[in-house]
Amino acid sequence: MSATAAGMTRRGLLKSVGSVGAALVISFEVPRQVKGEPAKPVINPVKAWIKIEQNGTVTLAYNKSEMGQGISTALPMILAEELALDWKDVQVEHAMLDREHLGQGTGGSGSVAGSCTPMRKAGAAAREMLVTAAAQRWDVSPESCSVRGGAVWHGTDKLSYGELVESASQLPVPDFEKVRLKKPEEFQIIGKPMPRKDIPSKTDGSATFGLDVRVPGMVYAVVARCPVFGGTAKSFDATKAKAMKGVLDVFQIEADNGVHSTGGVAVVAETTYIAMQARKQLQIDWDYGPHASESSETLRRQFRRLVDSQMKVVLNQGDADAAISGAPAEKRIECDYELGFQAHATMEPMNCTVHIQADRAEAWAPTQAPEWTAEMIGKVSGLPPEKIAVHTTYMGGGFGRRYQADFALEAAQVAKRVGKPVQLVWSREDDMTHDFYRPASYHRVSGAVDKDGNIVAWRHKSTSTSIAQYWGDKAPPESSELGSSVQNPYLPKNYKLEYLPADSGVPRAWWRSVEASQIGFVMESFMDELAHAAGADPYEFRIAKLGDGRKVKNGTDPKGTPLDTARFKGVLQLAAEKSGWGKPLPSGRGRGIAAHFSFDSYVANVVEVSVSNGTVRVERVTSAVDIGTAVNPEGVRAQVESAIIYGLTAALKSEITIENGRAVESNFNRFATLAMKETPQIDVHIVPSTLEPTGIGEPALPPTAPALMSAIFAVTGKRIRRLPLKRGDLA
Amino acid sequence: MAISFEVNGQAKSVDVDPQTPLLWVLRDTLNLTGTKYGCGIAACGACTVHIDGEPARSCVFPVASVAGKKVTTIEGLANGHRHPVQEAWIAEQAVQCGYCQSGQIMTAVAFLKKNPAPTAADVDEAMSNNICRCGTAQRMRAAVLRAAEAMRGKGSANAAGGGQ
Repeated sequence: MSATAAGMTRRGLLKSVGSVGAALVISFEVPRQVKGEPAKPVINPVKAWIKIEQNGTVTLAYNKSEMGQGISTALPMILAEELALDWKDVQVEHAMLDREHLGQGTGGSGSVAGSCTPMRKAGAAAREMLVTAAAQRWDVSPESCSVRGGAVWHGTDKLSYGELVESASQLPVPDFEKVRLKKPEEFQIIGKPMPRKDIPSKTDGSATFGLDVRVPGMVYAVVARCPVFGGTAKSFDATKAKAMKGVLDVFQIEADNGVHSTGGVAVVAETTYIAMQARKQLQIDWDYGPHASESSETLRRQFRRLVDSQMKVVLNQGDADAAISGAPAEKRIECDYELGFQAHATMEPMNCTVHIQADRAEAWAPTQAPEWTAEMIGKVSGLPPEKIAVHTTYMGGGFGRRYQADFALEAAQVAKRVGKPVQLVWSREDDMTHDFYRPASYHRVSGAVDKDGNIVAWRHKSTSTSIAQYWGDKAPPESSELGSSVQNPYLPKNYKLEYLPADSGVPRAWWRSVEASQIGFVMESFMDELAHAAGADPYEFRIAKLGDGRKVKNGTDPKGTPLDTARFKGVLQLAAEKSGWGKPLPSGRGRGIAAHFSFDSYVANVVEVSVSNGTVRVERVTSAVDIGTAVNPEGVRAQVESAIIYGLTAALKSEITIENGRAVESNFNRFATLAMKETPQIDVHIVPSTLEPTGIGEPALPPTAPALMSAIFAVTGKRIRRLPLKRGDLA
Repeated sequence: MAISFEVNGQAKSVDVDPQTPLLWVLRDTLNLTGTKYGCGIAACGACTVHIDGEPARSCVFPVASVAGKKVTTIEGLANGHRHPVQEAWIAEQAVQCGYCQSGQIMTAVAFLKKNPAPTAADVDEAMSNNICRCGTAQRMRAAVLRAAEAMRGKGSANAAGGGQ
């Protein structure tokens, strides 16, 4: 049955109910929460759906992209809770991009955090309509009815939702702000570990990822891109390529500075393999552009020059310079930290399938940003938004890479010319050498402790290949780079942050946990150094600095969520307790601890390592997380495990290095990842909470590398201040 | 010239460049998209299929060399049922994005045929050449051990947490 929206009103939340005879369809908009303010239905509203059919089938739509984080389970769980459904009876489906209702963008660990309360209200509104319909049928008061298992009950009388759909859909939608939400102690679904809806199809090959889209008449395309960042094709000779059987067309596509697509020479063929083979036959004369001499080494020299120089003061509390120079030498430390570029290396390389016709366009995109995808297709095709349909497919990993629109734009450019459905495929090499990398950065941190172990000064000078600068943001370059260093939970007496951006042609953007992956490493590594300088246990040293329930404000953004030191302390205590912190370990083994606040969530990790003959083995990681209400604890645990492994890989194995203006590592033979035999046991502990949920896709990553390197220090006495660990660092 | 072989019990004949890797024949010609492209250099294992029962990385395996052989892909693993390894994967909730999992499961099935009673260390060794960027190794390790036990008839792979 098709649904038609009717009676759009603005009453707290925009909503509409479709009376369609055989189904109750409730549409509503989920506002994105503005930091520091209660949810207001103004920014990036999105639309979600509850569909209950007469035959009892319940379909709950999820509006966010499923990239492995389990959102296709977590969001419907929230609706199912207030609707009092049996989870096993619930079907889920991805909502098509709805042009009128934006906000399908999936990132920043924000999906559950931003959607939970609005979705609960919507579920509760639907429940109240069903209860009212049943009460009217029985001629009893709604208050005397109850709900469970997808039915309304009055004593032993029962009406299933399917039986009530027709009459319920005639009723007015209750005011979302006045519906009764369940109390946490009434929860039957939220907070219970639920099996994911998407897993079975991902074990038998039937799940459709972007590359699995097959449309009648489709062809395949690859693009030859300049190997040097920022370079372009001056001219090309496609004679050999065009002579190959199965090659359909070869043409140039333009770069686009708005999405930082590189442009290049597109090859269209009957199959992916033919397109890839034909691309090898192209003769292209490249203009390498202005960055052809950049390398990791030149960047490193630039970084050092910058931190040696006068930098921009971003935050200045007290007089850190004087406190450091006034401290006795033995209580004064200065450390340089360095982090290299990282690729996302999603298992499924970038791709997008697009069909542009004269009067309409359709796209099948593995994207974290369906709106941006649609915008690109509109830009290339000239079609109005209502003529563009975007299907978001499952995606083989995202980690932030798929929040970009470069691949969608390329697919649209090719599709526009070809006129047939085109699947644009990136090879692994394309993907790894034309990523938007996690920035490289360099940090010089100085500080001092007094004889009582108080942190009297902390000065953090840093530079990086700024994301904000690369994307031409109005905000200053440091706005994307400093993370929660602007709200240091340990409250040093004198605290100073300084920054300057470095020049680089290397594309960069959001990689899992973004700047927290660097700032977390630097802050928590330095805390370990300070603890050592103070002669204190690193865990006790932190606890002593945190006080009880202080709220540490964001030093540069008044709207930023304050850091609650009680919750920060809580995760440290839980991780310490569960890991057996302080208990003796066999020789050659050691532990490190670190905690970090990011995406409004609190995570502490204890990493236990063994080191022998300069080889590190991560034995065990104990993680404690405080994310408010954990909607699906099973999903939360999986995300914590995932972020820790991603963080360990970036600390121990993988790196993108730059030579001659290009990425050196182009495939998994050079970009190593943590193998199963190197994978530690990971135990995840969730702080019980009824607070509003915050995100968990990313926050377990930042405290991983510092805990690891502190553990290595505990065993070897060697500080690793440059990530990733290099061969020979522990020799 | 057409190349003939068997895929999931069905006779197939394809007319493609004989050097075409089996992966692309499966995906683009035979429309069996469960087998994934991850690296193209046999480094990640996402494209693992069975050729005459042996695991093989189809991204570097020219289709000409499977002429007359039997290929099994993830779609043909259990003929509409669930293989105990698939059951175990669901029971352990081993999957995140899922892209590498066809290859992981095909690797695990082939391994358990050779070693029906593995230790955790055996599993680690056998599975360490397959990459998973979501970091599901801990759960996959448990799933392989669970499947091994189920296949030896000592328990059920379909325990709590499984199913839809």
